[in-house]
Amino acid sequence: MQFDWSFFWERLFSPGDVYLAALGRTLSMAVLAQLLGVIIGFIVGFGRLSRWKVIRGLAGFYVWVIRGIPVLVLLVLLFSGMAAAGIFRFNDLVIGDLVLPASYQAAVVGLGIHAGAYMAEIVRNGIQSVGAGQIEAAKALGMSSWQVSKRVIIPQATRVIVPPLGNEFNGMLKTTSLASVIGVQDIFLVTQTASAATFKVFELMIVLSISYLILTSVWNVIQGVIETKLRAFEQDIPARSWGQAVVYYVRKPSVKKETAKA
Amino acid sequence: MSASTKALVRAENIEKWYGQNQVLKDINLEVHSGQVMTIIGPSGSGKSTFLRCINHLETYQGGRLWLGDDLIGYREDAKGRLRPLPQQELVRQRRRIGMVFQQFNLFWHRTVMENMIEGPVRVLGIPKDEAIETGKRLLARVGLAEKADAYPGKLSGGQQQRAAIARALAMKPELMLFDEPTSSLDPETTGEVLAVMTELANDGMTMIVVTHEMEFARKVSDRVVMMEHGVVQFESDPEDFFGNQPNERVRAFLSNMQ
Repeated sequence: MQFDWSFFWERLFSPGDVYLAALGRTLSMAVLAQLLGVIIGFIVGFGRLSRWKVIRGLAGFYVWVIRGIPVLVLLVLLFSGMAAAGIFRFNDLVIGDLVLPASYQAAVVGLGIHAGAYMAEIVRNGIQSVGAGQIEAAKALGMSSWQVSKRVIIPQATRVIVPPLGNEFNGMLKTTSLASVIGVQDIFLVTQTASAATFKVFELMIVLSISYLILTSVWNVIQGVIETKLRAFEQDIPARSWGQAVVYYVRKPSVKKETAKA
Repeated sequence: MSASTKALVRAENIEKWYGQNQVLKDINLEVHSGQVMTIIGPSGSGKSTFLRCINHLETYQGGRLWLGDDLIGYREDAKGRLRPLPQQELVRQRRRIGMVFQQFNLFWHRTVMENMIEGPVRVLGIPKDEAIETGKRLLARVGLAEKADAYPGKLSGGQQQRAAIARALAMKPELMLFDEPTSSLDPETTGEVLAVMTELANDGMTMIVVTHEMEFARKVSDRVVMMEHGVVQFESDPEDFFGNQPNERVRAFLSNMQ
């Protein structure tokens, strides 16, 4: 086996500005796309439970169609397909010193649309998990529908939504690599370019894998802290602040094994 | 209470159907300010459904239900038909009515104190410190002063129900509805909840209580109502109700309860 250790260590510990910029693109693309996915998910998820049949139908249609299209196809369709058909063309966006390339925008939108369909199902499940009695108690206090949603349904559904949302985001961090097909200079595309120049594909792919692993590992910790904070209601001494939640998460990760009670 | 002739709650010919199935038939009842009415009857008799109509958690199809001068949940149009009230008016009516549920229904994602101030702060717009002061006083009154920072899941059933009563009282309601408040409690904790309710009744709160607690009905209430198959079988003061009960169905029900 040929493995260039010195090359490997160098790429791992001094990856260079190009790679770090690409890492930033991968991470920001994942965060923005997931945010878009969550927003779409809440709208479509509530839509699935609407009292109006038309809205229920539209929301169901969205979930059905988007979950049936490979995200790779969706990205090419949005970026190249629509431009070729003259429907819509993404253009580079300049905000001050920041340039958002057309391909980057298309990737965020495409990945967001894709994530939205899955988030919609997660949100719907979360909303349906809220007990009828909780909603009645809120109504009996004289809350408006909006207040019932904001003060009871969404906070309680959040406890059910966050764990699968964390899973989705973990997936999203890696799915961003598909954006390379429309030319986003993410860590995958930058690595591929470098391997074409150096032929050290194996070493570079290991470095790339470690990069994704670092992203998902950091996210694991953040997700753990968020879930610990959201489970304050079942802790003997409830974690009231984020600082406390960090301490709880670090000190007793075994809490994670307890099942959330509704 | 005899000074005011107008009832606080007045039900006139209330009719309700679930599809083809009529669950409330021609209900006529009145509760005056300061009175305690207990509604008893076998399960499926419509007593909880009627109670839930009073704060419009359930709708009805016929008759009229009044809270003072206001038609609950509806307004009458020019042709005398019932039209649903706009939400902002419905919620204003509900603020005047406290409700206690069989399953307590404390918001489990909020501490006891957060439950206490949720309605006053969010719905009535009372400043938070003021709501907390009231909350402390009410929690002390139901014997839960030390549980303010606990989450409901860490409380016993009886403690949860007492907290739920305090939460309803924090809205300073004119009327309290109790929907089988002790039915999911064991006998020991049932006593502590009934004690709080008795004290509340003695303080002059207007209450409508759906219950199976015959002792409470006998000792605390001013009016006792028995419902069966969606019909009011009998209504009287507790002396007559539990004394020489003339109605055979009521007698049969009462003897079953013992």
